Amino acid sequence: MDRAATAEKIAEVIEPFNKKGIAITDATTFAGDLEWDSLTVMDFVAAIEDEFDIIISMNQQAEIETYGQLIDAVTKLQG
Amino acid sequence: MTDLFSKFDGLIEQRRALLDTGVTDPFNLVMERVLSPTQAICNGRETILLGTYNYMGMTFDPDVIDAGKKALDEFGSGTTGSRVLNGTYAGHKLCEDALKEFYGMDHAMVFSTGYQANLGIISTIAGKGDYIVLDIDSHASIWDGCKMGDAEVVPFKHNDIVAMEKRLKRIPEGAGKLVVLEGVYSMLGDIAPLKEMIKVAKDNGAMVLVDEAHSMGFIGPNGRGVAEEQGCLEDVDFVIGTFSKSVGTVGGFCVSNHPKFEIMRLVCRPYVFTASLPPSVVHTAATSIRKLMHAGNKRAHLWENSRTLHKGLKDKGFQLGTDEPQSAIISVIMPDLERGAMMWEALLREGLYVNLARPPATPANMTLLRCSLCAEHSAEQVQTIIGMFERAGKAVGII
Repeated sequence: MDRAATAEKIAEVIEPFNKKGIAITDATTFAGDLEWDSLTVMDFVAAIEDEFDIIISMNQQAEIETYGQLIDAVTKLQG
Repeated sequence: MTDLFSKFDGLIEQRRALLDTGVTDPFNLVMERVLSPTQAICNGRETILLGTYNYMGMTFDPDVIDAGKKALDEFGSGTTGSRVLNGTYAGHKLCEDALKEFYGMDHAMVFSTGYQANLGIISTIAGKGDYIVLDIDSHASIWDGCKMGDAEVVPFKHNDIVAMEKRLKRIPEGAGKLVVLEGVYSMLGDIAPLKEMIKVAKDNGAMVLVDEAHSMGFIGPNGRGVAEEQGCLEDVDFVIGTFSKSVGTVGGFCVSNHPKFEIMRLVCRPYVFTASLPPSVVHTAATSIRKLMHAGNKRAHLWENSRTLHKGLKDKGFQLGTDEPQSAIISVIMPDLERGAMMWEALLREGLYVNLARPPATPANMTLLRCSLCAEHSAEQVQTIIGMFERAGKAVGII
């Protein structure tokens, strides 16, 4: 799946997690802008992993701060 | 200059706000005297201890105390050395022999704390390029072991077998896999479905490590833990345990049947680069472990206590961590940190000590009053405890 198609899928997955209805761009940060706590992060990561059938290890998660970085990482992880 | 302490400002502020309400600092209690495994003097008053993990009440066992005193006389106060240099005494071997017999396993390795046992074993066996699949509610020592070892760390939702299996199946072909589970999760006192989880782990080619810190001595026909109770101990590659709960002193261990296990003594840094346990500690531990092999009556009484307290608190209207008692931990869920701290203090005024647990140590950001029962709590003490909870709960407005 290319970056555009991946981004489209991720947008669908993130929808129910974006409870405050914040307008999301590639620069949006999970901890800062979306104010997600660790539990929300865990549930969201699990949802992304299941959607794309990939693993995003804690080590990789540490490198992902923004929405754009997530799309890049998921695009890459699909191989 | 950037103050390196500025990262703690949030916590400092939260603590100040809590203490400004006038409650006693729940993390600064002093046990002025300890009268027995179940009673101490705190703030000048006699207090029932219900938050010590001293499940089997071995801390004042006369045989255990005698062994410690004798070891102090015969071997001195400390070893002043690493296990691999001058720090292995007769007592350390006695301790490891007792553990091998207790678990019916080929190898046992004693660490200076339970924290170091998890830190050392996990970080040493799962390194760069390996995968660790673990429960999200794992103990801090497990997380720290994962971080230290540089393996890829993949958590799954608490006790969720399907979530665990999905992650195992996604790990690249040929990578080393370690599944880390706990028998009893100490925050809510719930147990893991180890039999099913270990089968899934094995079917997917993973090695399995189980932390049985909160089950040793009283869960399972021989007190070997939840894996023994569920009939899957032989499929566990590494059991991690501690001396600071049922055994009644301090120290940690790993037991295993892995044929190459002994090499751990040379490659495991938290084992090598620290001083070994003092002689008095290993002699008390060895004596206690041997006594725990024959503690069937005490085990039965501890379970009675757990059931009575669980039912008693539930009937009074408290919200508990588990629907049924699954271990010797009964966790009472508080509405928030402030009322949790008020309830904790009200109980202390009644003469009862429990653990106050709060985020980030707790799952789902809960504030908990954790009660851990002891085989030496009498049936009358348990009734007294229920009465104290009822009065304190009404005073604070929780029930």
